[in-house]
Amino acid sequence: MNKVISMQHAIREFVHDGDTVAIEGFTHLICFAAAHEIIRQRKQDLTLCRLTPDMIYDQMIAAGVCKKLVFSYAGNPGVGSLQAFRRAVEKGEPRSIELDEFSHFGLVARYLAGAARLPFYPLKSYSGSDLPKVNSQIREMQSPFGDEKIFVVPPLNPDVAILHAQRADENGNTQIWGLTGVQKEAAFASQRVIVVVEELVSESVIRADPNRTMIPGLIVNAVVVEPFGAHPSYVQGMYDRDNAFYVEWDTISREAATLNAWLDEWVYGLNSRAEYVEKMRARLEKLKPGDAYAEPINYGAYT
Amino acid sequence: MNYSQNELMIAAAARELQGARVAFVGVGLPNIVCNLAQRSHSPNLELVYEAGVFGARPARLPLSIGDPTIVTGAVSAMGMADLFQLYLQRGLIDVGFLGAAQIDKFGNINTTVIGDYQKPKVRLPGSGGAAEIAVLCEKILVITRLNKRAFVPRVDFITSPGHLEGGGARKKLNVRGRGPEAVITDLCILRFAEDTREMIVTSLHPNVTREKVQENIGWEVRFAEALKITPEPTERELELIRDELDPHGLYSR
Repeated sequence: MNKVISMQHAIREFVHDGDTVAIEGFTHLICFAAAHEIIRQRKQDLTLCRLTPDMIYDQMIAAGVCKKLVFSYAGNPGVGSLQAFRRAVEKGEPRSIELDEFSHFGLVARYLAGAARLPFYPLKSYSGSDLPKVNSQIREMQSPFGDEKIFVVPPLNPDVAILHAQRADENGNTQIWGLTGVQKEAAFASQRVIVVVEELVSESVIRADPNRTMIPGLIVNAVVVEPFGAHPSYVQGMYDRDNAFYVEWDTISREAATLNAWLDEWVYGLNSRAEYVEKMRARLEKLKPGDAYAEPINYGAYT
Repeated sequence: MNYSQNELMIAAAARELQGARVAFVGVGLPNIVCNLAQRSHSPNLELVYEAGVFGARPARLPLSIGDPTIVTGAVSAMGMADLFQLYLQRGLIDVGFLGAAQIDKFGNINTTVIGDYQKPKVRLPGSGGAAEIAVLCEKILVITRLNKRAFVPRVDFITSPGHLEGGGARKKLNVRGRGPEAVITDLCILRFAEDTREMIVTSLHPNVTREKVQENIGWEVRFAEALKITPEPTERELELIRDELDPHGLYSR
């Protein structure tokens, strides 16, 4: 089945006002193209889930599409704070947002429970931390098999997950290499899945390397082909992280006015990711890495 | 040899990793420290990044802890579920290296909020992996600049537990990790008293006075009887910091 559609179409059809949405990707494979389309379509009251809200949710918070944040680290990695996030939490601007806060392991565990349809997931974390005191979803229980006490967290099952990847076929069989973060768990945990890829490949390319398939087409609703769709995040082997932009964001986002001007120019002022790529062309070309190929492996032909 | 207080702090922190086999690398300063250790005295140090890498050999200093350079040439790249469960929770990590926005006299770390959680004066990034690193790595090292805003008698929020209320409090948690062992700052190194588990100054950086240290700590701090002077950074360490790891001086100037 051919599930390839445009980003506009995918967001219109699969992301609704009030939805719980996970655009994941840990530093790697963060789908800014999808976030910008959600902002352009002026979706409302979204519960946004991500381990690291990062610049992507900072932009969505500033644009007013976020009602609630489910997260574990809201900083600009290696740079400092997320300014729009802070304005929303400290001053309620442009609107106040609810926080549902975990640690990384805790949120990973929530996706694991969600993906495997379990009622909770146990983990050895949170001892001595104040996090369980401010989040009643982090609970301590007695092990049914001994004296040990263990913390548990509930499943997270987003309405829709949007996951960026190197490549997929038209049915949505998706391959990822490099940091795979929680892409797989977030996909299996969600009711609907949109995969966004740098490259559309034939089914035979996927079948030639089945160990690299993270998300099967079985659970995918839409495939969007969007080269450079993760910029200023990166795609292993294809383009580097635009670290300079993450540093610039600190300045752009200091004041709501400069941030809004940026959104006007780079999100509202454009119709598609293709226009963003065209406008950003010179900068994107500098992000191409050198080559570092793996040795081919032999799966064997058994006839 | 001229050097900055930050360069001295980074070199001194890296030396704390001598003999360690597997280190969990935190965001910010710990990142440059662990990479300096690997490039100088500890070439066999295995770097673990919460992003999902074991045995990283970064060719450049990763600005973020999910940089592509930590993947290329690593022993293993994996999902975060495997990293947290099979490496950290399984108990394979010797040292966790953390930064701290706020730290108290018992080494409890706050990276969540300044002020009240519901109505924060300053909203900080939160835990990331620190809450679990703090209890699941065998020991913890902390690096942060010394100032009164950061070094407070009690943190506003315990994101990552240190020695809690001191004494035997942490033992009662019944976790694998023994907690913080040293705090490396730009003015001095602090360790924790055996009995009270209170932070004490054990080494002053060259040309730093006791008064200067006290001015920058929010409680009356004790000094070790055998107070040492921190060795200066070597030429090789400075070269690595300036030429390879931090050419723009983001961390070290």
